[in-house]
Amino acid sequence: MTAAPARSRAVTALLVAPAGVFFMFLLIVPLMVVLVFSFGERAPAGGYSPAFTFDNYLNLAARGKAFVNTLTLAPLATLLTAIFAFPMAYFLAVKVDPKWRVTLLVLVMAPFWTSQLLRYYAWIMLLGGKGIPSWLAWVGIEDVRIINTPWAVLIGAVYGFLPLMVPPIYVSLEKLDKRLLEASADLGATPIRTFFQVTLPLALPGVATGSMLVFILLMGDYILPQYLGGGKVFFIGNALVDLFLQSRNWPFGAAVSVTLVAIMFVTIYFYMRFVLGKTDARRAALV
Amino acid sequence: MRLYAILIYIFLYAPIAFIVGGSFNAGKQAMIWQGFSLEWYGKAFSNPLITEALATSLMIALTTAALSAIIGTLAALGLERMSGWMRNAFDALIYIAILVPGIVIGISTLIAFVSFFDMINPYLISAWNIRIEMGAWMVIAAHVLFNIAVVALLVRARLQGMDRSLVEASEDLYATPLGTFRQVVLPLLAPSILAGFLLAFTFSFEDFIIAYFVAGPDVTLPIYVFSSIRRGITPEINAVGTVVLMTSLVLLVLAQVILQRGSRTLKT
Repeated sequence: MTAAPARSRAVTALLVAPAGVFFMFLLIVPLMVVLVFSFGERAPAGGYSPAFTFDNYLNLAARGKAFVNTLTLAPLATLLTAIFAFPMAYFLAVKVDPKWRVTLLVLVMAPFWTSQLLRYYAWIMLLGGKGIPSWLAWVGIEDVRIINTPWAVLIGAVYGFLPLMVPPIYVSLEKLDKRLLEASADLGATPIRTFFQVTLPLALPGVATGSMLVFILLMGDYILPQYLGGGKVFFIGNALVDLFLQSRNWPFGAAVSVTLVAIMFVTIYFYMRFVLGKTDARRAALV
Repeated sequence: MRLYAILIYIFLYAPIAFIVGGSFNAGKQAMIWQGFSLEWYGKAFSNPLITEALATSLMIALTTAALSAIIGTLAALGLERMSGWMRNAFDALIYIAILVPGIVIGISTLIAFVSFFDMINPYLISAWNIRIEMGAWMVIAAHVLFNIAVVALLVRARLQGMDRSLVEASEDLYATPLGTFRQVVLPLLAPSILAGFLLAFTFSFEDFIIAYFVAGPDVTLPIYVFSSIRRGITPEINAVGTVVLMTSLVLLVLAQVILQRGSRTLKT
């Protein structure tokens, strides 16, 4: 009687064991090491020496600028990306001939999967002195500086993450029942009112998924601020590369990492609770 | 609306056109066109630093994709059989692996393993005169971690969408559990496993930040591109970039087609 379930349990254990080993030794243990190191001291030659101190956390303000930049520009860039992505997703899901939808959607997604380094490098050229500013000067708008400003980082973020933001919004809009829009129009709502009271609320789960995805990637980004911020607009990621690979202050870098992950998880938690909770309630109310 | 869409496509593809254009430019200056030439392609593929980096990246990406597809699929199958807190804990690990930023994965892997190697290397050297170091294999390990989670999510979504009656029918017809798996479950899961394989391959081939921390002395293609952009880029990089770009475009379209066809077979 007990042989069968015991054997079945053994099979289950065997199936998840390889993944378990990876999660254990490449995720849990390393993250624990980071946590432990964050309470340590920098060894004289760089690296870690054991200690128990909160100095690294108390010293976080030394990299305050990186936190401020990340925590203002990442949400702002996420919002901008969503604003630019929405009409595109709407166009693909509602206006385009169904025959072409998937092809056109894949064309939006494709750039994300091709060399990020080279694409941002191209933007350095396009936004740099010989690029768009010189074209603007040609039509009479002089002295525009874009590269190495927060604007460049925002343009780069919209460019880089539009391919990730469009698909989830597209999916939620595609499922949208067109009869609801007709009903709204029949009841005398203006197109604008229909948009804000019917289309947008129904598409909100897609917007929420896309925003979460983009926000997570932006929070830990390094290449975008490195290339388009040019060392002037830097993120937490840039501070981390500097702390681990240049100044080799592991304990302080560990404290910055722990803080970054903590901020992310708290944000994601509240986001799930409030935004997703609300859209679910609204969806339930509509059904 | 249509105009907006066209503008978005231009916005998305202008930088790519810029890279591709640069690869055919006879001159070295990025912003000045000096005629059509294929010389940079020849130069790029006879540069041993570039071909070696390309080979390293391909090796890492293929190994990562194969391991992630296998381990991730096994995990999804196992997860379906689990219940209670074990299942919740495993679920949580999958989400943590996806949510923790790549840069933190890179850092934590670096400091944990460098510390560990520093601890055991003296013994290894005195006993067998060998030492272990960071390198391409560490990159594979870190990439596999992330992609197991991705594959597990993809495969599990498909498992849950699968018609249970097919498995029951197979059991009623006296197929062994392994026979049912091979002849019924695996063919149904194949599209999402393959899509996971392609996603893992692309992720691994594209990744810069994790490799930057854990590759040790090994050089992947993104690491080479990064350092050559820092030194001042030559159109050689554009040529390699163009080849890579076209390859990933083809792979991506392939993954999409497979997933599409897969969801159709699931319905019939």
